[in-house]
Amino acid sequence: MNAMSEINKISATNDFVIRFANVNGSGSASANNLFSQAVFRLGVPVSSKNIFPSNIQGLPTWFEVRINEQGYLGRRGGYDFVVADNGQTMAKDYQELLPGGYFFYDSSKRLPHTFNREDIVELGVPLTEIVNTHYTDPRHRQIFKNIIYVGALAYLLDMDFSVFEESINTLFAKKPKLIEPNIKALKLGFDYAEQNHTDVCQLNIHRRDLNGDQILMEGNAAAGLGAVFAGATVAGWYPITPSTSVVEAFEKYCKAYRVDQDTGQNKFAILQAEDELAAIGMVIGASWNGARAFTATSGPGVSLMSEFLGLAYFAEIPVMLMDIQRTGPSTGMPTRTQQSDLISAAYASHGDTKNVLLFPSNPKECFDMTVIGFDLAERLQTPVILMSDLDLGMNVHQCDPIEWDDSHVYDRGKVLNEQQLTDLSERWGRYLDVDSDGIPYRTIPGTHPEKGAFFTRGSSHDEYAAYTEDGEVYARGMQRLLVKWDTSKTLVPAAEVSSEGADIGVIYFGTSAYSSQEALDQLRSTQAMDAMRIQAFPFGPEVADFIHQHQILFLIEQNRDAQMKTLLVNELAIDPNKIISVLNIDGMPITAEFLVTEIQNHLNDLLSHGRENQQSTGGVA
Amino acid sequence: MTYIRPNFRHPEKDRNKLGYSIRNYEGALSTLCAGCGHDSISAAIIQSCFDLNLEPHKIAKISGIGCSSKTPTYFLGKAHGFNSVHGRMPSVTTGANMANKDLLYLGVSGDGDTASIGMGQFAHVIRRNLNMVYIVMNNGCYGLTKGQDSATADKGSVSKKGVPSLFDSIDLCQMALQLGAGLVARSFSGDKKQLTPLIKAAIQHRGFAFIDVISPCVTFNNTPQSTKGYEWVREHMEATGTIDFIPDRSEITLDYPAGSSRKVTLHDGSELHLQKNGTDYDLSSRKAAMNQIETVKEQQKILTGLIYHNETKLDTHGKINTVETPLNALTQDELCPGSTVLSELNAKLR
Repeated sequence: MNAMSEINKISATNDFVIRFANVNGSGSASANNLFSQAVFRLGVPVSSKNIFPSNIQGLPTWFEVRINEQGYLGRRGGYDFVVADNGQTMAKDYQELLPGGYFFYDSSKRLPHTFNREDIVELGVPLTEIVNTHYTDPRHRQIFKNIIYVGALAYLLDMDFSVFEESINTLFAKKPKLIEPNIKALKLGFDYAEQNHTDVCQLNIHRRDLNGDQILMEGNAAAGLGAVFAGATVAGWYPITPSTSVVEAFEKYCKAYRVDQDTGQNKFAILQAEDELAAIGMVIGASWNGARAFTATSGPGVSLMSEFLGLAYFAEIPVMLMDIQRTGPSTGMPTRTQQSDLISAAYASHGDTKNVLLFPSNPKECFDMTVIGFDLAERLQTPVILMSDLDLGMNVHQCDPIEWDDSHVYDRGKVLNEQQLTDLSERWGRYLDVDSDGIPYRTIPGTHPEKGAFFTRGSSHDEYAAYTEDGEVYARGMQRLLVKWDTSKTLVPAAEVSSEGADIGVIYFGTSAYSSQEALDQLRSTQAMDAMRIQAFPFGPEVADFIHQHQILFLIEQNRDAQMKTLLVNELAIDPNKIISVLNIDGMPITAEFLVTEIQNHLNDLLSHGRENQQSTGGVA
Repeated sequence: MTYIRPNFRHPEKDRNKLGYSIRNYEGALSTLCAGCGHDSISAAIIQSCFDLNLEPHKIAKISGIGCSSKTPTYFLGKAHGFNSVHGRMPSVTTGANMANKDLLYLGVSGDGDTASIGMGQFAHVIRRNLNMVYIVMNNGCYGLTKGQDSATADKGSVSKKGVPSLFDSIDLCQMALQLGAGLVARSFSGDKKQLTPLIKAAIQHRGFAFIDVISPCVTFNNTPQSTKGYEWVREHMEATGTIDFIPDRSEITLDYPAGSSRKVTLHDGSELHLQKNGTDYDLSSRKAAMNQIETVKEQQKILTGLIYHNETKLDTHGKINTVETPLNALTQDELCPGSTVLSELNAKLR
């Protein structure tokens, strides 16, 4: 044991990071969630990141919880407290703990002599001994070992114990038999820590009232719920991390809200397809036939779906696709996050194609943008892709509550019904641009006995859907699709701009928003900076305006090749040198610390070398 | 192919119960090669839909890519059609069917479209027992890219290129049987008398109905040594029996000698009457059907006619228990839970 008096202990209230190091498949996730939920219920802002392996059992997994009463919810980096529950990674977890931090471990076994840091506090709790004494069932021993360390944390971090009791009571309301043994486990941990580590830890979580009516939700659950509210009835899908839970959530909420009370029959059809090609094929078939349909996938799935996306673009069929991005290329790191499908999604498929992209930044936006996405897909008769990512999709995020405006009527777009077809005086053409917005009128099979039937095809077609190899007719159709593209710019969510006339502008999108806002708060203390959060592709005029209004622009992305910059440069004819990329590609959610350092370094370089050198500075892409 | 179609027809003659003439079931003029087997299949589809008094606009024609997949343009011009992507007709049809269970789904594909690039989707649409008719216009070659062998080209079969096919062929009827299709049939584009009642039976069948129609490619695969050529097929067909389709409640006028015929009743009450030949087996036995295909194959012949029929399985909608109303007809009120559920839902997330 080190002499605690000599350690400069980290001392903080409601502002620190705790890392749980576990073995996956050991039931640790529930215990860790119980902990982070307790922080939330104490009214203190919290964010958690599940850093898990592409594996089901036995490999290391980490759970990082950031507690921050200023409300910063991005990943911070660095750990003030480690719960070391995994022998495989214990040495590393020990070394990575910040000086002055707290190392919590199962002291049933002594720490090896190589664990000899003198700048940290070691907090041993004999978890194995305690469970073995109090529980006989091997399964209980595994589960309650996790709950015991949560109980110990409650004491060490000076948390109000009643919050845990309430959580357990709610969690097991339907399985009351489990309440008592869980509370017992919590108390065992609490009591041991109280007796053996009295007042040792100087990290505290104290009750506040900062969370208002916010909720804790995963982005994928919110997207699945959004699809229910948006009236999606058909989902074709193929399992792939990290998108699987979107359809699982859709199914869960459909079972709650979409089962006919009288017959027990389903007002939804969910089919697990044989592959991603079939999944999107089902979506296209269903959309063509007048249902709202969607699929969810990740990068490899987008690659496989590309041919069909081109068909939907060219034949003008609504498609709602959710891309929960993970680290590519190829299989990449399937359980790590990235924003690296922008180009493959924006220009999916061969030939000239462009797809509408939406960039949610939190679960509420996953819900809202899913609803918007269905409306846009039908209004524009084209694929719309929700560009979420693993961090947003699979981690629990604190956000504003889900809301629904009952006066909102689905925008089903330009669809002619039987009466409208009967009343048509002029000849109807499936691809005729009657309204000069590039969007033609479509018909649904089975609508009218005499009118409105046409042949949908991915081959070139004229305004009346007839096959053509006439280059002029083909070109006219392709140009009309660009008119529609321009229309889409007026319909997609505009970028969120905060501008006070600074010379420097910072651009970000998606899950980089959390850390970007935190970094901006820090950077702005010495330097005025404006900010823009892009919410959609194509870009509205406000995006070009923002870029033109600023001398120096930073663009924050979580990919290697500056894909958003490529889209901006390509679509808005911007001088590439005007934008300095700040890129993080390690598969972990980007941190404010990284952003501040990168941006500050660039600014220092610019100040000392003049602007002409910016192209050669590291990180510029 | 002649591009002139006689347009004179007696105004009152040959109208079905809906008052439609057969012209109401035709499509655009075919642009396939003159003598292409596919055009005969299109004609049989037209005849079947006319005879069954189907409303053309209640049919959805869906295809993949290839010569066969072009044919939906040439029949049922009043029906919506969808020429999708190569090998993916089954998934598009699946989605369309999920959206509206009330239409008739007529899937048209070729041997390249089904037995090669689309093999996966073919297999899976069968195991889900989607309620559809799946017709393969099987010519053993890739016509639209000038005659390469396809996966259904029999080993040793010689196309116009003059080189015998090196690889074992895929028998799509055997695959369909193995994967659980409820109706499996094989026919020949040159035998309209057999093909038309089979298409009718497939249309009336509830669940997945598969017809492999050997349809010679006159341009690239109609040599005397080709097992998909007119000559070879005519000489080697071995029918399970002659077949007549009897619609529901129709007066049965056919008279079979006692003991020589058999009835197959479909779910809507219509019947198939089969005149037995010497090789009788239980049509509702998958094992017997599989065995019969193999037995006839050993004799260097092709088994045609209705090979298997069993209508006892639930179709996809039945399996996943969807409501009676087509999903595409459900209103926002029926689909959207509305704001009232959100207070409880948000509360659970705190």
